[in-house]
Amino acid sequence: MTSSTTSPMAVAPNRATRADGWIGRTVVQVLIGIGLLALVLAVVYPLLWMVFSSFKNNSELFANPWSLPGEMRWGNFERAWNAGVVRFFVNSTLVTAGSIVTTTLISAWAAYGLVRVKVPFSNAITGILLGGLMVAPTVALVPLFGLLQRLHIYDSLWALLVLYTAFRIPFTTFLIRAYLIDMPREMDEAAYVDGATRTQIFWRLVLPVCRPILVSAALLQALFAWNEFAFALVFISDSDRKTLPVGLMDMQSRLLTEWPVQFAGLTMAALPMIVLFLIGQRQFLRGLTEGMGK
Amino acid sequence: MASRMTRIRGLIWLLPALVLLGVFVYYPIVENVRLSFYSWNAFSPKPVFVGFDNYATAASDPIFWRSLRNNIAYAVVSLVFQVGCSLCLAAVLEEFVHQRLRGILRVIYFIPAVISITVAGILFSFIYNPQFGLLNRLLGAVGLEQWQHSWLGERSTAIWSIIGMSQWQSIGYTAVLFVVAIQRIPRELYEAARVDGAGAVRQFFSVTIPMVREMTTLLIILTVAGAFLVFNEVMVMTAGGPSDSSQVLGTWLYRNAFLADDMGYASAIATVIFVLTFGFAILQIMIGRRRRVEM
Repeated sequence: MTSSTTSPMAVAPNRATRADGWIGRTVVQVLIGIGLLALVLAVVYPLLWMVFSSFKNNSELFANPWSLPGEMRWGNFERAWNAGVVRFFVNSTLVTAGSIVTTTLISAWAAYGLVRVKVPFSNAITGILLGGLMVAPTVALVPLFGLLQRLHIYDSLWALLVLYTAFRIPFTTFLIRAYLIDMPREMDEAAYVDGATRTQIFWRLVLPVCRPILVSAALLQALFAWNEFAFALVFISDSDRKTLPVGLMDMQSRLLTEWPVQFAGLTMAALPMIVLFLIGQRQFLRGLTEGMGK
Repeated sequence: MASRMTRIRGLIWLLPALVLLGVFVYYPIVENVRLSFYSWNAFSPKPVFVGFDNYATAASDPIFWRSLRNNIAYAVVSLVFQVGCSLCLAAVLEEFVHQRLRGILRVIYFIPAVISITVAGILFSFIYNPQFGLLNRLLGAVGLEQWQHSWLGERSTAIWSIIGMSQWQSIGYTAVLFVVAIQRIPRELYEAARVDGAGAVRQFFSVTIPMVREMTTLLIILTVAGAFLVFNEVMVMTAGGPSDSSQVLGTWLYRNAFLADDMGYASAIATVIFVLTFGFAILQIMIGRRRRVEM
């Protein structure tokens, strides 16, 4: 950054524009208001359209796509649910819940080790963990295909559980580490002096203290696991084991022109994360910005 | 000695993370580079060493180059919208919008980022649908019938339609990150600028932009790397078609590995993606560090 933040900007205040400034300001405010509103519409309308369309039937959808549904056809949701959504839903829930537990625990464990325990080669280890942030899943698809077959977990939810954990450990570890660095040392050192072991301190002291950041980490992991596509596409072939993102794509080819049923499937798949976000938005944003900032 | 033993025992804390990363992240990356020098597929399990043949195949493969061009287009458009426009959006939200409303808008703009790319992709394939899609209806309603397209079905529009969907999904996400960065700027800097007579636009250029530079750098890295890794949205919306016009490196890799069963060539494409994304990240980090030293 240059040092020009204050002094070189000392432009003399322009009195002429200040006099009739409020008209210009109002115009600008109105234009900005219109722009922001247009953006709200652009964001929200496609989602509303998705929900409305899932209650329609085909003729209604084609005749007037903009209108509200004539009647609430809950049958579309039932049809989508039975056409596979229920299965995908269960699979996604299992993988998401499982990988939240494994990822946050292993990462918190590692983060505590990095911050508090003296370990040989700690700089190198930090580098290895951090480097994992830069490795993209797509690049690993081909070798993982062979590896998972050799481990006999190809085409099972275990494959997704393991991969969703391994690929998210770097991010989650650094998220929790950033939080632990700010934790006062006296807190756990006191317990250490009192004779508690590191492990006891971790379970009884560190985890409870870290709860806010663990919630953020869990929410971001949920978002990742619920929406992940590439691994789920390549490493699961049995349609009974597919998760929502891939399952929905399969449903497209099975339901063909039953558009409203497809809309219903999309609505059901999107809803859990939107609700989770609206409830936990503060934790979501804290996780994102903490993970970004440090 | 005792302290050395305890230090080694301390590794227990890092072992689970390191083992998982080693086996499922680092080993595949190394293995991938090795495999790219072999010709091999699911039916001939004995890989044959072919040197740089797979890379030569890539260099003379027009679809490889088209994929790369599509990735670059993705990166350029995403930089404009997800870094440029979203920084402006964040600044406008912070400067002009009342606090209560600001919170609500932030949440609304962020919503697309929490639904899966698959859902957004299928939803937009419906919006682009020539029969009942909203986009053509909208164009028809305002008298722009000549602009109507079968958006995902035509070679010239497919990739741009996918890129458009991606902007819809991500602009709010990066805007929120910029908002947080702007909120961290000390208020006194704006006060001082105002005292010096700087208007809103001037403050944006001389206070906001320099002060959020770290976030900007970070988002540039993430956006460009993300653009070279796109996969999900293309698979869902066009699977690379029509006639390979919307292929990107990720989908071309997938197609060669798991449909054309040319694993060696797919590994070579993967290595190219890896070098591009990893190299770009390293470059940005180095530039960032040098800048900090100069300060």
